[in-house]
Amino acid sequence: MISLREIVVTFSKGTPLETLALRSVDLDINKGEFVTVIGSNGAGKSTLLNILSGEALADSGHLFIDNEELTRRSTHARAGLVARVFQDPLAGTCEQLTIEENLALACGRGRRRTLSQALNGKLRNRFKEQLERLGLGLEDRLGDQMGLLSGGQRQAVSLLMATLQPAKILLLDEHTAALDPKTAAFVLDLSREIIEEQTLTTLMVTHSMRQALDVGSRTIMMHQGRIVFDVTGKDREGLDVPDLLALFEKRQGESLTDDSLLLSG
Amino acid sequence: MNQIAFLGAIESGLIFGLVAFGVFLSFRILQFPDLTVDGSFPLGAAVSATMIVSGFDPWLSTFVAAIAGAGAGLITAWLNVRLKILHLLASILTMIALYSINLRIMGRPNVALLGEQTVLTPFEVGALPYYITTPLVFSVIVLIILVALVAFLYSEIGLSMRATGANPRMARAHGINTGRMILLGMAISNALVAIAGSLFAQSQGSADVTMGVGVIVIGLASVIGGEAVMSTRTMLLAIVACLIGAILYRLAIATALNLDMLGLKSQDLNLVTAVLVTAAIVFPGMKRSLTGVFTRGDS
Repeated sequence: MISLREIVVTFSKGTPLETLALRSVDLDINKGEFVTVIGSNGAGKSTLLNILSGEALADSGHLFIDNEELTRRSTHARAGLVARVFQDPLAGTCEQLTIEENLALACGRGRRRTLSQALNGKLRNRFKEQLERLGLGLEDRLGDQMGLLSGGQRQAVSLLMATLQPAKILLLDEHTAALDPKTAAFVLDLSREIIEEQTLTTLMVTHSMRQALDVGSRTIMMHQGRIVFDVTGKDREGLDVPDLLALFEKRQGESLTDDSLLLSG
Repeated sequence: MNQIAFLGAIESGLIFGLVAFGVFLSFRILQFPDLTVDGSFPLGAAVSATMIVSGFDPWLSTFVAAIAGAGAGLITAWLNVRLKILHLLASILTMIALYSINLRIMGRPNVALLGEQTVLTPFEVGALPYYITTPLVFSVIVLIILVALVAFLYSEIGLSMRATGANPRMARAHGINTGRMILLGMAISNALVAIAGSLFAQSQGSADVTMGVGVIVIGLASVIGGEAVMSTRTMLLAIVACLIGAILYRLAIATALNLDMLGLKSQDLNLVTAVLVTAAIVFPGMKRSLTGVFTRGDS
């Protein structure tokens, strides 16, 4: 189980630009849960994700994964527990390295790396098998440089890389936002397939309300650094985008700003 | 160019091939512009020359020189990783500090090795003249280091180091301690440069505190030159290109200095180097833009 307790994050502390990115966030994610996170720009979605990955550290509060405190642990030291797919397809892979080298790198997550050769026949066969399921023909291009692939192909490989090794939680950071609709649908389907298959605990940030309701088992909405609502199970079934907006309005007790209307797209 | 000058160029090309390996690790693999090299090259020379004149085994002296070079690289990396000093500035700080340290190690501006036991001494007794045995011995040393370096770059740790330079954020997300990789890479890089300095002193017969001036430019010229003349698609090719680049560079310099009609003298070496490096950096880009000019048509 993943637990966040009273997490507070401030950006540019002590300057005129000081902003509270997260104002005392409490959240429990059960094992096997697939949580989608929605919210407008600056709501704190990315910060929440970065708190889990270690790229942002909390000013106060605690983060536990299976009762192990990770609050102050650096990104690389917690990588064995946390897997991540970035929004930018270029960010999640190394373009100078070949496809097989990228995958070999991902195989080392959560393991001690040694001086033994990073690639061998056994690993290559495993990568081929994994790449075949993508149906992109990448299994025959193991030695090609990552930079030769399209954004969608790279994002699909990023997803494979994040799920090659076990993790306590998988973080998806608007990972289909930079792709064209067809490729985005393909990557999303692939994500659901892999998550289901490995029963991964997942947190997915998205800016599409439609997507937030269509995938996953639980949806949370953030606004101004707080979780404004959290729906799961029966309450979530049959919920549609207008219901979500109405719910948001009710909880917020204020009329919708232009910014939050943008979310309905 | 006569045979001795030619073999002399090959010999120093081999030595500067090691410098090029080091520069490739810092500039290309880690994306860390490292000028420590100008200090770690004479550091290697100073340490090994001082040890050799004190009666130590030349191989042991060369090994200790490598350790000293690794230490210099570690300091630069530490200044950058832990104290957050800009990489270029961190390396300049180490470089100028090393000038004093090298003087302290030698106790005077230079140490002569004439008549001392060097790694080359055992090979001088044979029938072959020194100008043939020296490049031969150095080829063997450089080849061994080349194979070890390539194997390292293909290892799990080597792969992590390459990812650290190429995409540090992604590297950390996959559990790579990027700070530690920079420390390790810089240590290896400067150890290689110190070995080069040590071998250079042993073949030239002296270590001098000023011998490091411009070494970084020669190293960089070799890396860029190598990339200009051959494909560097794989790590093996990239490392071989460094060596080829270094040898070609030394041959180019020897040719330039030997052409009487150019009227160049050895004091023009640094000027020639600067011009060659500029050309090597500019030409690949210029070729592209010129092609553009000629194929654009008149629309």
